[in-house]
Parts: sequence; C-alpha cells; structure tokens
Amino acid sequence: MVGSLGQPILFLVALGYGLGPTFAKAGGGNYIQFLAPGVIAMGILFTAVFSGIEVIWDRQFGFLKETLVAPVSRFSVMLGRTLGGATVALLQGVIVLCISLFVGFHPVFVSIPLAILFMFGIAIVFTALGTGIASVLEDMQGFQLIMNFVVMPTFFLSGALFPLEGVIGFIARFNPLTYGIDGIRATLIGVSTMPGGLWLDGGVLIAISAIFLATGAWLFSRIQV
Amino acid sequence: MPTAISVKNITKKFNHTLVAVDGISFEVEAGSTFAFLGPNGAGKTTTIKMLTTLISPTSGSITVNGFDPTKDAKKVRKSFGIVFQDPSLDDELTAYENMFFHAGLYGVPRKDTPAKIKEMLGFVELWDRKDDLVKKFSGGMKRRLEIARGLLHTPAILFLDEPTVGLDPQTRNHIWEYIKKLNKERGLTVFFTTHYMDEVERIADRVAIIDNGKIIANDTAANIIANSGTKSLEEAFIKMTGHIIRVDEATAADAFRKMAAMHQGKNRR
Repeated sequence: MVGSLGQPILFLVALGYGLGPTFAKAGGGNYIQFLAPGVIAMGILFTAVFSGIEVIWDRQFGFLKETLVAPVSRFSVMLGRTLGGATVALLQGVIVLCISLFVGFHPVFVSIPLAILFMFGIAIVFTALGTGIASVLEDMQGFQLIMNFVVMPTFFLSGALFPLEGVIGFIARFNPLTYGIDGIRATLIGVSTMPGGLWLDGGVLIAISAIFLATGAWLFSRIQV
Repeated sequence: MPTAISVKNITKKFNHTLVAVDGISFEVEAGSTFAFLGPNGAGKTTTIKMLTTLISPTSGSITVNGFDPTKDAKKVRKSFGIVFQDPSLDDELTAYENMFFHAGLYGVPRKDTPAKIKEMLGFVELWDRKDDLVKKFSGGMKRRLEIARGLLHTPAILFLDEPTVGLDPQTRNHIWEYIKKLNKERGLTVFFTTHYMDEVERIADRVAIIDNGKIIANDTAANIIANSGTKSLEEAFIKMTGHIIRVDEATAADAFRKMAAMHQGKNRR
C-alpha cells in the first residue's frame, strides 16, 4: 500500500501546484479542489484492478487454489475475494484523501461518509472487473495489455484530471469511473457535472457493480487450474 | 475391499483435438496407497484434476468415495484432501491461521477446530511453530503443513501431486513416514504421483503407469518389475515408456514456477 501511494502524491503535488495557476487563470477555480477527488479515485482504481489481477498468480501459487477444490461455491469465493480487494482499495482511497488535506484540499467534512460510499462503489466495480479479466488470463503477459488499453484510458477519460467537454465528455459518459469521480466530487466539494447528480452517479455505480460482479462470477466459475 | 476411486473409460479432450487422457480405467481400493506414474505430459495431472473436480471428463465415468465429481462436486470435495505440486498456502498467515481458514472452508465444527488443528499440527511436528508466518517456513515445513491441512477435515482420500519434489532426502523420507503412518493407523487411501521410483517401491500397494494418455501398466510394483524382466521399477518404467526425452511445451504453470524460483533466490541473498 505504501508503495502505491507514490503516484497519487506525485499527481497531487506536481499537477496540483504545476497546473493550478493555469487552471485558475482559465476560470476553473482552485485546481487542487478539482483534482483531489480524481486522484483519490485513481488510487482506488489502480489498487482495485491490481487486486483482481492477482488472481492470475494466486490460482497457480497461492491460497486460491485451495479454495477452488473446497466444498464452497465459486461465487462465494469470488465475492469474498472481491470484497477483500475492494476493502484494500478503499483504504488506499481514504489514505489519499488524508494526504490531500496536507496539500491544500478542503472538503466538506460532514459529507465524507457519503464520499466513502462512492469510493467503495468504485472499488467494487474495478475489483470485480480485475477479477473477471484475471479469470480468463493464464499468464502475467496479458497484464501490460490490460494496463495500457483498459486501466489508463479508463482513468484519463473519466474527468479525473480535467473537466469533461466535447468528444471526451461524450466518451466519458460510458465510463463508470466518471460517475464515481463525479459522486466523490459532488459530496466533497459540492460540484456535480452529471445531469442526474448523486442519484445518477450512485445508480450507475450500483448497476455496473452488479453487472461486473455477475460477469466476474461467471468467468471465475470457469477457471481451470 | 470397498473401492475408493473408480475410473471407467474416461477421456479428456482439450479444444476438441488434443487428447490428454484416452479411455483410461482403473480402481483404487479403500485404505490402499496407489501410485500414478508417467512421463511429463502423459496425462497424470489431467487425471488428478478430473478426480478432484477441477475439470470434467469429456466422456466416461468417475466415482470418488461413491460420488460422481461432475454431479456431486461438493460431496466429492468434502471427502478428499489434496496436496498440490505447487504451494497453496497463504504466506502472510501463520500456520494456525492457514489451518483455521481451511476448517472454515470445509465446515469443521467451530468447537472441534482448535483440538483438530492441534492434533494435525502435532502429527506433522509443527505445533510449536503454529504462530509463525508461513513465509518463514522451509519447503519441507510448508509441505508438512499442507499435509496437515489436507487432513484436517478427516477425508477418506488424500491426493498428493508430486509431494516431495524439490525436497532434500531427509525431508522426503520424513514425509513418506507420515503418509505411511496415516495409511496404516487411519486407513487413509492415498493417491499420489511422483517421479521418484524408490518412493513408489517403498510406499505403493499398487502402481498404474500412464503414457500418451493411456494406462500401460496397472499392478503391484513387484509384478511390474517381474513382468518387464528388469531389476527395478525405474528400469521397468523406462523400458515401457521409452528412452526418448519428451518434447514438452512450457505452460503458464512453468512460467510461474520460474518467477517463484527467481523470487525465492532473491530473498535468499
């Protein structure tokens, strides 16, 4: 967990202070306030997907193999693994939130519990996605492919680093992370760009969680060791 | 003697073309030790995976302790324990915690769990290391812990897939002494694969040899040696399976083993 904090801190400090004046001049306001929810989501996203991807190693060399021959349903194994991974990802997000307070982020503190719910939603969605992907990959070589073509586009096309407009804004509407970040932003700084606000953000996260959990569970049930 | 495992004419095809197991049949008596031998790529691991519900046969029938793995997977899983070729412990947990988790998975009653864990860890002489993290264990200790874990829920059969690979002779000897004791004292059926023929001659009541997906011998070690006109099981095995080194493609498992070996080498420096 400590190692994976480097990137969020770098983004907060380098981009926050580096691009802050330019963002303010363009009328965007305080960039740290805008950026912090996106960086929190980034911390969750990467940890969640990596946690799911660990299944590739675990099923050959880890405890997972033991669970695959145990008299328990594959769904419960997958659900347990997803919840565990999502919990770690959520903790990562909370730590990044705490760190962001030291670089000038001023959230609405009473809304933090609601923000944590959205953070957990992001964690569940992407841990389930990672687990589903790992269920069909047989070796780690596919991992780089996933990073470059799934995780990075998901992050950069989510409104984490810049406001969504035009074509990027249209594409971002199909990205579940967009709604998670909007939900965190709306709760922590009172700014939402989605037409349905928190209800839409929450609804999309819940729906996508259900779809990814169901798909991940089906793929997981077909794992062969 | 009742039959613990019955395999009738099972075939396993992958991608409709690769025939890994081709119409094999054999039976394992309850309370016996059964060695399943074969060159690399012969179909041993595929057969064990079918017996332990990890994959289904393309055709044929299997019963394990009276249950069909394709229809009653849960009942079959409750009735056997398994020690995989590659480690399957959680390195970040202690020995006790690994055992405790296994007890939960297998429905061992909570009130019985501490006593059973103590019994099994004591049996493999790891009770005084119960609170140590598994990542600090040697290969032999991990293997002993896996045996203890596999037996925690009192299964009728123990599957061992190359249980002594990579271990020194003293540890190998130790492990087989445990297995023999379990077989004699508890009537445990033991089904194992190995490349060490001396272990087979010492331990197995019966031996089956598989090659290219087919069973080519199924008898006692003494009879196989006598029928082949050789002096040892190793010579008989080579005579039956040939001297040519098998051309084997590296699998994902091989790549992971290489990564694990590199990681272990790094940790030792």
